Amino acid sequence: MRPDDPKIRWVDEPKLGITGRMYLPMFAQGLTTTFKHLKRSLAGDVLTVSYPDQEPRIDAPLIYRGVHRLNRDEQGRVKCVACFLCATACPAHCIDIVGVESPWPDREKYPQSFTIDELRCIYCGMCEEACPVDAIELTSLYNLTGRSREEMIFDKEKLLSVFDATKDTEPMRSAPTEGTNA
Amino acid sequence: MPIVIVDGKEVEIDGQERLNGIQVAARAGVEIPHYCWHPGLSVVASCRMCLVETGKKDLQSGKITMIPKLVPACQTPASDGTVFVTESAAVKNARAMVEEDLLLRHPVDCPICDKAGECSLQDYHFQHGREERRADIKPFHSRRRSLGDTVTLFVDRCVMCTRCVRFCREVAGTRELMVAHRGAHEEIDIFPGFPLSNKLSGNVVDLCPVGALGDKDFLYRQRVWFMESHAHVCAGCSTGCSIDVDENQDRIYRLKPRENLAVNQYWMCDEGRYGWKHVHDPGRLAQPLRRRQGRAEIADWTALPAELDQRLRAAGGLTMVLSPFLTVEEALLAAKYARAVDAKARVILGAVPEGAGDERFSGGFTIRSEKCPNRRGVAQVIRGICGEAANWSDLLDSSPSSASGALWVAGGYKSDWIDASQAELLRAFPLLIVQDLFPSPLSECADYCLPAASFAEREGSYVNYNDRLQSFGWAIRPPAGVKTEARLFWQLSQREGMYRAETVRRELAEEFVYFSALSDAVPPDGIDLKLNRIAPQAAGATAEMGAIG
Repeated sequence: MRPDDPKIRWVDEPKLGITGRMYLPMFAQGLTTTFKHLKRSLAGDVLTVSYPDQEPRIDAPLIYRGVHRLNRDEQGRVKCVACFLCATACPAHCIDIVGVESPWPDREKYPQSFTIDELRCIYCGMCEEACPVDAIELTSLYNLTGRSREEMIFDKEKLLSVFDATKDTEPMRSAPTEGTNA
Repeated sequence: MPIVIVDGKEVEIDGQERLNGIQVAARAGVEIPHYCWHPGLSVVASCRMCLVETGKKDLQSGKITMIPKLVPACQTPASDGTVFVTESAAVKNARAMVEEDLLLRHPVDCPICDKAGECSLQDYHFQHGREERRADIKPFHSRRRSLGDTVTLFVDRCVMCTRCVRFCREVAGTRELMVAHRGAHEEIDIFPGFPLSNKLSGNVVDLCPVGALGDKDFLYRQRVWFMESHAHVCAGCSTGCSIDVDENQDRIYRLKPRENLAVNQYWMCDEGRYGWKHVHDPGRLAQPLRRRQGRAEIADWTALPAELDQRLRAAGGLTMVLSPFLTVEEALLAAKYARAVDAKARVILGAVPEGAGDERFSGGFTIRSEKCPNRRGVAQVIRGICGEAANWSDLLDSSPSSASGALWVAGGYKSDWIDASQAELLRAFPLLIVQDLFPSPLSECADYCLPAASFAEREGSYVNYNDRLQSFGWAIRPPAGVKTEARLFWQLSQREGMYRAETVRRELAEEFVYFSALSDAVPPDGIDLKLNRIAPQAAGATAEMGAIG
């Protein structure tokens, strides 16, 4: 999108009024919030979670951006068509794909290998957004640990196993695609 | 001078030129979209994408009369007073209609199509197509079939521009491809049992404006937007086609022809196109080796140049062999260095690989039988430095068993070039330094075996069979442990800073009449050195220059 695109609406920064320039009203507003929480905590309603003794609750797992998974299609095959759009969109360059001709008659291309460097990843979700077949998704798994760097480079099998582990709690976000190979 | 008016802008053309609407518009800075027209092929005007409004300006009265309907710009010749209108509402509507029609039964499988990113259908759809798709046809699988050893056809992606069919008829002259069926059922096909097998077949993939023709060698290897193109020159034969090396992170993925009307027009042969595999061959020499008492050890580049220099000066005589794969700049640095070490050093043109004879195609494209890019350039440099240019067979014939001093063989050959018996002859030299891409019988017995650069790693100029010099920069960096010949000889000559091809080219221009045209920057399509070759002949300086050059 170019800066002179007519669809862009340019908005100027609003000028600060006298109350804004005095800071004091804002100061009071902030302190009000602080005291509100202090009152709540003193009453016993503590928001802090004692991790790892206590698992945090993720309110909206479908929009949480945790470990990646590679979805499977209806026949259990990897859904990815090796189009490299996630690798193109990835700002951290952590996705590496080797695309080859697929062994199946109804599909043209598939990833022979698909690796994500989970340490390099910044969990921005651009890969998910770029994927034309909704094959790559971010799950709500947040506690990602490993004993070596190599272990944290997830290959295709590992990413598919993440799907198998999470598919019941987090359903795929799109309906299965019909008759398309892309 | 005839004046053509494109969108109200006057364009002056040469009276001798035969240009169509698309070419004239390009000069005015207006791009007329087109699929079927290609400057190297005949005009069929079948895709209707280049429809424009045209008319004639009366030269006396200045009155413009327009033709009431749209005409294809590719088929409309531009002459004095021709008027083209390329941005009117009627033209825009016609383009949108063509795009819509082409996309009706297109699989729209861009994510898995290799052409995505350099596809005319994609680009034109964004520029000229409608925003919404009115047809209610769901995307479907594109049928696929093999046309030959090099090319795959994705049947439903085709827009029936027939460029590939015309290429096989007009340029390759082999006529393998044809259009089967009629109307909406038209398809590109081959006759059963007669696959696309000519030596120019890879060009149809470049010609295809959409993703219908896929190169089997490149298919699915890399998305086009990851690659960077570097202007280069093919090292396959002495034609010296202008090419683009498409590379990503120092790995070549494909070579494509680059337009150069003086050399290869728009084409290149399959031999050259797929002739880069040796660059990434794991068998390449990748470390400098020093052999002491029959045992090879890895040498260190930091100290090696000084050591080589010292041993060469102590050897008492030097014979240097320069292969026709070196650039002229490298040849000059090497020859000058040889003469600096030993004022009477012999500099010899290395073995010239020969094929089975020139292959000429009906469109004029020729694959030369001399399978090296720069015999002329290296021979001219040697002639300039030494006065006469001995060749490889002279060295073998001159009974080198009685030879003394050092022999430096700068190779860079991409396949076997020397047999054991020849290597045995050259072993007689007390000090043997071999610089090559792959191990050979000669490198096995060398005192120093240095890794050479491949064509894509070199920076410099090649002189083709027709005395045309083309310059290029490096496309990829050499593998770790490899120092290009240019850098090594630059360092050995104790010149300051890094190797710069331009500096050496200026030296060439100052010192040799043949290269005098190099004083200016070399344009992308090269410089013709032929005139300078005639000059010293006329002066009677070197009578037999034609025999060697």
